[in-house]
Amino acid sequence: MTKYIGKSMSRVDGVAKVTGKAKYAAEYSAPDLAYGYVVCSTIAKGKITRINTDEVLQIPGVIQLFTHENRPRLACFDLNYKDQDAPPGSPFRPLRDEKVVYNGQPIALVVAETFEIARYAASLVKVEYEQEDHDTALEHNLHRGRGPKSGVASLLKSPPPKPRGDFEKAFQAAPFKTTGQHIHSVEHHNPIEMFASTVVYEKNGKLTIYDKTQGAPNSQMYVAQVFNLPFKDVRVISPYVGGAFGSGLRPQYQLFLAVLAALELKRSVRVSLTRQQMFTFGHRPATVQNLSLGATADGTLDAIRHDAIAETSRFEDYFEIVVNWSGMLYPAENTKSTYDLVPLDVFTPLDMRAPGGVTGVPALEMEIDELAHKIGMDPIEFRLKNYTEKDMDQDLPFSSKELRECFRQGAERFGWSGRKPEPRSMRRGHTLIGWGMATGIWEASQGPARAEAVLTVNGKLRVTSATADIGTGTYTIMTQIAADTLGMPIEDVIFRLGDSDMPLAPIEGGSWTAATVGTAVKVACEDLGKKLFKMAQKMKNSPFADVKQDDITFADAHIRLKSDPSVAVSLLDIVGTNGGRAVSETSTSLPSMLEQRKYARAAHSAVFVEVEVDEDFGTVRVTRAVTAVAGGRILNPKTARSQIVGGMVWGISKALEEESVMDHQFGRFMNHNLSEYHVAVHADIRELDVIFVEENDTIVNPLGVKGLGEIGIVGMPAAVANAIFHATGKRVRSLPITLDKLL
Amino acid sequence: MRTTLSPETDASPTTLPEKTTIQLTINGSVHHLELAPWTSLLDALREYLHLTGTKKGCDHGQCGACTVLVDGKRINSCLTLAIMKEGAEITTIEGLAGENGLHPLQTAFIEHDAYQCGYCTPGQICSAVGLMNEGRAKTTDDIRELMSGNICRCGAYPHIVDAIQEVMKIDPKA
Repeated sequence: MTKYIGKSMSRVDGVAKVTGKAKYAAEYSAPDLAYGYVVCSTIAKGKITRINTDEVLQIPGVIQLFTHENRPRLACFDLNYKDQDAPPGSPFRPLRDEKVVYNGQPIALVVAETFEIARYAASLVKVEYEQEDHDTALEHNLHRGRGPKSGVASLLKSPPPKPRGDFEKAFQAAPFKTTGQHIHSVEHHNPIEMFASTVVYEKNGKLTIYDKTQGAPNSQMYVAQVFNLPFKDVRVISPYVGGAFGSGLRPQYQLFLAVLAALELKRSVRVSLTRQQMFTFGHRPATVQNLSLGATADGTLDAIRHDAIAETSRFEDYFEIVVNWSGMLYPAENTKSTYDLVPLDVFTPLDMRAPGGVTGVPALEMEIDELAHKIGMDPIEFRLKNYTEKDMDQDLPFSSKELRECFRQGAERFGWSGRKPEPRSMRRGHTLIGWGMATGIWEASQGPARAEAVLTVNGKLRVTSATADIGTGTYTIMTQIAADTLGMPIEDVIFRLGDSDMPLAPIEGGSWTAATVGTAVKVACEDLGKKLFKMAQKMKNSPFADVKQDDITFADAHIRLKSDPSVAVSLLDIVGTNGGRAVSETSTSLPSMLEQRKYARAAHSAVFVEVEVDEDFGTVRVTRAVTAVAGGRILNPKTARSQIVGGMVWGISKALEEESVMDHQFGRFMNHNLSEYHVAVHADIRELDVIFVEENDTIVNPLGVKGLGEIGIVGMPAAVANAIFHATGKRVRSLPITLDKLL
Repeated sequence: MRTTLSPETDASPTTLPEKTTIQLTINGSVHHLELAPWTSLLDALREYLHLTGTKKGCDHGQCGACTVLVDGKRINSCLTLAIMKEGAEITTIEGLAGENGLHPLQTAFIEHDAYQCGYCTPGQICSAVGLMNEGRAKTTDDIRELMSGNICRCGAYPHIVDAIQEVMKIDPKA
């Protein structure tokens, strides 16, 4: 019974968001709140030899200056500092000692009575360093590449696949081949809400923390373990998150510093980062990729080689799935791939929207386009000829794959049949027109999660799970799932999230929340339904006394007999028999691994892009784009469309604008602000169209959803680059494609 | 090994600007505040008046999240000192909804799903009100150009433009 699932619905948190009532981490107040302001290092490597603490403490209104010299004793094992998304290695510990390991490292926290005084005092902190030589340039250190260390994180991120066939031989023999080096530099997430933590020091010494995070339980665990506090004394609350895109998967350093200050001062403290400081932690790693593709005379893709080298920090081995995608997209018989890391004097990279996917797939899809061009085949025709129904590396069939339908419907909506195949063959006056397309893919995964469903005494359904909504629509889709599962009118259902006191859910990322938490919500509501049914059976003169669970249904806030819906008991009456108490059930959902492991599971997309390129100036505009998505069941087309549109905007932004530029002399990002780190703005975005192709999948999870957070971005950069090639005849393999590369 | 010093500053750290009493008119109500003159209008709203609907996204006038209306004109409240706006009529997102419910733009934003995380939303809406007051936007492309000071990192741009042009009654095909 689905009255709400699948229906376009406005967000349940919409009014809060348009009226300014939705409160984010830095917007909670507390009596006697003090303000912390972070001081960051200005060198990339070396030692702090002196900080003018005494002078700073003389400033009226300054309460304390925390540095490595006066920080309290904290947990000493690496394990205590590991969060749910920690890669193998030794996590960074703020204020650990005098060592500086990257430029922008937090080295002091000024705490003052007002934000203004803290900011001013921080500007007067003088630091003397003993500087050492640093190395931050990936391109100069490619020879140092080595395989990533393994750790717990490797369980979720598969290593490069084993080679198949004989790549060298097949590539040598191939009549059509292409080889290219693809480079993109560092990118930063830059959610518009900057990282902040408001730590409320309660009268009993417990902490209530409002934190910007993609997982309240993750922040709770981190704080409890690092500061050696009982879990029950640390509550993390995060009902609204002003964007994160992966940056909130790990606790950021303002959380550590705010908690440290609050505990030491026994006072509530807020620490917010500045936009400049948003460039001083995890980022999408700069990556260099070499690809070689070979095809036979009839256009059969026969050989693929994909080698990637990415940067990481000196202390952790962050790694991504970059070179594994070709085996999921193309049935080439001969393949070889490697993935290596180069440790540099930078902070550890961090998952950023479609980590690895939007690195590896665009490079692959640009070379596929190049190869199709060399063969003289239409890019869609080439992809259809080399279509795979199974994941070649795992040798498993897909649980569902409607990519063919994505090509068909996307091409039709875009008008692809009107494309002239030759580059530089389409123009409007002085402007070159290019039409390009590409495929996208992202794995559909599900994790374990818990949820609680409560039927209140006044007959409302309240469901909770400690997950997050970073703009993804989690509040809304969970409300829909709960309402349908227990047959409740949606206005009588409330879903809450973002509180470590709630039943445990994993960090919200990787497009798995709809599947993971959605299933937990469904199971909790089903279990509550079973409990309510049993209670209904025990009611006086119950019409269900001899009825089996299979013979009833939940509809309109009643339990009804399937064969005769007029035989019914209202949920309100059932809860009324509970002695004035609500009825609740907490459930755990686990993925059915036995069934799932027999299949490869992924969402697919086909992306079509039109660009205009000014022939003289090399300026590129994406004038329109169509994305056709096969993402399983669509729970809410309205919020789902927003997810895909957002991904498409990110893809355009990545293809044409985004790049954190480092001055390697200082090992520091130069464009650390939103006027110089370019992201797409209103004027950059024109017509974006989204098609959801029907796709039924009974394997991925009980809801049949695949998750949509990443699939919108993955195919986009290559589609833009391929359109630019079609417009100009220039194959630019380094992103972003700025005008200087086209002149 | 080299010894490096962070940049020298010549400010004397011991004297701070003194607080003064200022009077701000926000959403029709008069507020009296004890504020140091270096307090931005944005921080005055968020930290001293707890009107946190106005957002801080960069503190440098680069993202537009802090957009408010001053005498009907949209400004970045992070680039304005509170003390400079005595006597002005300040409208924030909290003041847009009237007695009869939401402002038409607020309703349109909900209807068009013109947001995701919601953080830039108050700034987008206040900026759109300012845009309408200016009367310069005649086409969809005008809206895109004149709203470009408000970054939406979630990428809700097409929906934001849809919402604004619906309220402005601009024909998307014109």
